[in-house]
Amino acid sequence: MEIVTNSTSEKFVHTDFEIASQDSQNSVPPKPSLGFYVRFFVIGVAFGILLIKSEVVSWFRIQEMFRFQSFHMYGIMGSAILVGVISILLIKKFHIRSIDGEKISLPKRTFNKGQVYGGLLFGFGWAMTGACPGPLFAQIGAGATVVIITLLSAIAGTWIYGLLQQKLPH
Amino acid sequence: MLEAIRSPWPWYISGPLIGLMVPILLLAGNKSFGISSSLRHICAACIPARIPFFQYDWKKEAWNLFLVAGIVLGAYLAFFYLRDQSRAPLNPALVSELGSYGIHPAESIVPVEIFNWQQLLSAKGLVVMIGGGFLIGFGTRYAGGCTSGHSIMGLSNLQWPSLVATICFMIGGIVMANFILPSILNW
Repeated sequence: MEIVTNSTSEKFVHTDFEIASQDSQNSVPPKPSLGFYVRFFVIGVAFGILLIKSEVVSWFRIQEMFRFQSFHMYGIMGSAILVGVISILLIKKFHIRSIDGEKISLPKRTFNKGQVYGGLLFGFGWAMTGACPGPLFAQIGAGATVVIITLLSAIAGTWIYGLLQQKLPH
Repeated sequence: MLEAIRSPWPWYISGPLIGLMVPILLLAGNKSFGISSSLRHICAACIPARIPFFQYDWKKEAWNLFLVAGIVLGAYLAFFYLRDQSRAPLNPALVSELGSYGIHPAESIVPVEIFNWQQLLSAKGLVVMIGGGFLIGFGTRYAGGCTSGHSIMGLSNLQWPSLVATICFMIGGIVMANFILPSILNW
């Protein structure tokens, strides 16, 4: 954990390493063009197709996984991680830069108890809804409109976490 | 070709393609794969309420919101245009267990007996949809990431705290699916 001073100059403990612009080493290009955003929208479309075709958004496949009744999900996670590990090794070995010429930065994660407590709570929610955050968006796209309520509830959960963050054990 | 795309994809095709999200995002803009932070950006953009956790320039992270908007469209296209009638079979043990709760796997990717607008007013629907959603949002931020940020991106980058988080995701899910959810579904 590190202490960062944020814009309101209140000290607060940094436990979440997913906000790249909070990390001073990370240079976000000033004023990205519309094309920059279109790029990520298109990648999102591809990922949405993958989430449906792989069936990882299926509530039924998630139930199978947690009951050890099918190899399907384990095969997907295992092979995805293997490809990810090899990709990052290659990027590091050949000092590959992004298409904008930026040096690739890989966030280091430090341990805190939130990964245990939060992880267990997240697991509960995953098994109940059959979805983690990506699949929530995908289930809505696939016509399960009531999942909009589940997504709003997830946003509320994130907000309550933000409210209580300083009081929770980390 | 289109026929092959429209049939269910085996894990050894879809898994590696999902893994490619890691280098694609790094190369496309030096971005780390992670979906759950979109929920935090939505809070920061819409309801920051002077909470320090939401005081950051969410516009610098807007790429992530474009990514999740793309997911909605991609899922729509795949579900309605890139699917055929065939289904990868579910484990018969699961099908018979779910049958005892009155759940019958059908077309949808969620059990329509629970995930529908009317059920939102029932205790079962409330707990599963609203309670489950809350736990996802609260838990993922408490853990600092979700299945994409920790289990795929974090593990790909060999970050051991992400392994801790992933093991806890699995323990939580196994406990819920086997010991708690059956009683909820039996209501």
